[in-house]
Amino acid sequence: MTADQVKKIILDIIGEIAPDEDLSDVKPDVRLRDQLDLDSMDFLDIVMELRKQHGIEVPEADYPKLASLDSCAEYLTPKFAESAA
Amino acid sequence: MSGLAAAIRVGMYGKSVLLLERHTVAGGLNSYYKIGKYTFDVGLHAVTNYVEKGVKGTPLTKIFRQLRIDRDSFGLCPQTQSRISFPETNLLFSNDFDQLRQSIADRFPNEVHNFDKFTVLAKTNKEYSKASARGEIQSFFNDPLLMEMLLCPLLYYGSATENDMEFGQFLILFNSIFLEGFARPYEGIKPIINSLLKRAKEVGVERKMGLGVKKLGTESNRVAEIVLDNGSIVTADQILSSIGAPETQRLIHDSDRCRKSEENIGKLAFIESIAVLDQPPLDLGFEDTIVFFNRSHQVKYERPNDLVDYRSGIICSPNHYDYGDRSLKENIIRVTAQASEPMWRALSPEDYQKQKQLAFDRLLETAASVTPNTSVEKLKTSVKFRDVFSPTTVTRFTGRIGGAIYGAPIKSSDGRTEIENLFICGTDQGYLGIIGSMISGIAMANAHVLSAAS
Ligand SMILES: Cc1cc2nc3c(=O)[nH]c(=O)nc-3n(C[C@H](O)[C@H](O)[C@H](O)COP(=O)(O)OP(=O)(O)OC[C@H]3O[C@@H](n4cnc5c(N)ncnc54)[C@H](O)[C@@H]3O)c2cc1C
Repeated sequence: MTADQVKKIILDIIGEIAPDEDLSDVKPDVRLRDQLDLDSMDFLDIVMELRKQHGIEVPEADYPKLASLDSCAEYLTPKFAESAA
Repeated sequence: MSGLAAAIRVGMYGKSVLLLERHTVAGGLNSYYKIGKYTFDVGLHAVTNYVEKGVKGTPLTKIFRQLRIDRDSFGLCPQTQSRISFPETNLLFSNDFDQLRQSIADRFPNEVHNFDKFTVLAKTNKEYSKASARGEIQSFFNDPLLMEMLLCPLLYYGSATENDMEFGQFLILFNSIFLEGFARPYEGIKPIINSLLKRAKEVGVERKMGLGVKKLGTESNRVAEIVLDNGSIVTADQILSSIGAPETQRLIHDSDRCRKSEENIGKLAFIESIAVLDQPPLDLGFEDTIVFFNRSHQVKYERPNDLVDYRSGIICSPNHYDYGDRSLKENIIRVTAQASEPMWRALSPEDYQKQKQLAFDRLLETAASVTPNTSVEKLKTSVKFRDVFSPTTVTRFTGRIGGAIYGAPIKSSDGRTEIENLFICGTDQGYLGIIGSMISGIAMANAHVLSAAS
């Protein structure tokens, strides 16, 4: 799985949990919270969906690593690789 | 409401969840009941926290997101206009916050500046203060009358403590009632309950109606078994209880615990009359959606020394919402006032019926007396159906001890109890009302069931 694919997965999840957000212009290097109306409840849902849809576990201590699309890709790409192996 | 919301959250993420409801109809304090040919909502005057579609980051939007429920399924219609009515003056408010501000500017010109400052705090405040609301607002306002007038609706729509509340709660309610607003579905509470039930089913919640929890059996500080009314036993990793903190303690059957929790039983209970009229409330002089009235010097928000305290209360007309081109089939006025549960409980069955009817009449008279251009006689003769429920009715159908609809004065803000796997959600976690209790159910399921699973 490439970094871009991981970003796409995250965007798809956000689209599901926050259908009222406009995701057409999300900047990968800017914190998601700073460009979208997402709070800690929404971030929990991103984590829950990652587990449900892809079997990826994100421990609570690592939630800050999901801050932006870039940081998501960096943190999650190895996890996806692991779970595929 | 909180139990349903919590169950949906747990079900959404694939955990098995059992929802137990002792009553045969869902909804609890905000359920509905049939009497004669009428269906009445138990506790719906107004859905608070109403914001227009597209407004983000408020409790209402959070509920739709977290439960993945389509907003339209609630069918919310905004209020027309509400009023805070004191002998000295009135304040008007609606879902347009400027109306309240303007009303204050007209009646309390010297306080507008203070009000604006206070509004900024209410909008931006992030910290929950347990200090006295009465004490804190004095540092913003000068006019005691204005302070009483702002306190009155907020006490009535959500204080579990007598005559005051925590400043944090005051700010939450200021947002949900003034900065956000009131709405109601055309069909009353039913579409909201149905929407939650449908969602619960979709996500695999197993629901048992007419089956309550009789006892929680504990072992080394954990709930080891849950004994149901029919004697059967179930077990669970985590238990969320929405029935109230003292009510939950009683299920543990431990005399020490029960004694301790008795001190935490709420004292605030209410009586409510529902009058079906033969003409629109407007034609009888009732213009507003909700009126919070007070006729004493200071708002007395406490258990009365009488069956009912008629000096303050709420008048609500479900007809006065903007239903578009529809209007309600029935014309209804609901009047609420504070009542003493111990006194109602002590009545003999005959006295109880008699007092209920007397209270109905007095509540109508009170409503007429605080509403200009209304004739008591005309109002009374226009009543074609009447119902009253007392604090004891509330206890009978919802199990709330003392008829305390706002629950225990001491809340469990993190939802934890002394028992490791037993958590409180809803009213006694500190969030009440229709929207508040759902938010609580969501937050407690997130914190104690979903996050705990990782
Ligand atoms: C007259 C009145 C007017 C109101 N007006 C408004 C209003 O206009 N706007 C607003 O937002 N809110 C209003 N409320 C408040 C609102 O209804 C409540 O705050 C909210 O519904 C509380 O939800 P909850 O989940 O905390 O508790 P509950 O609704 O009490 O839920 C607890 C549930 O547990 C069930 N139960 C109890 N014991 C057991 C047991 N042992 N086993 C199994 N099940 C059990 C009960 O039957 C109940 O269904 C009003 C309430 C009343 C009574």
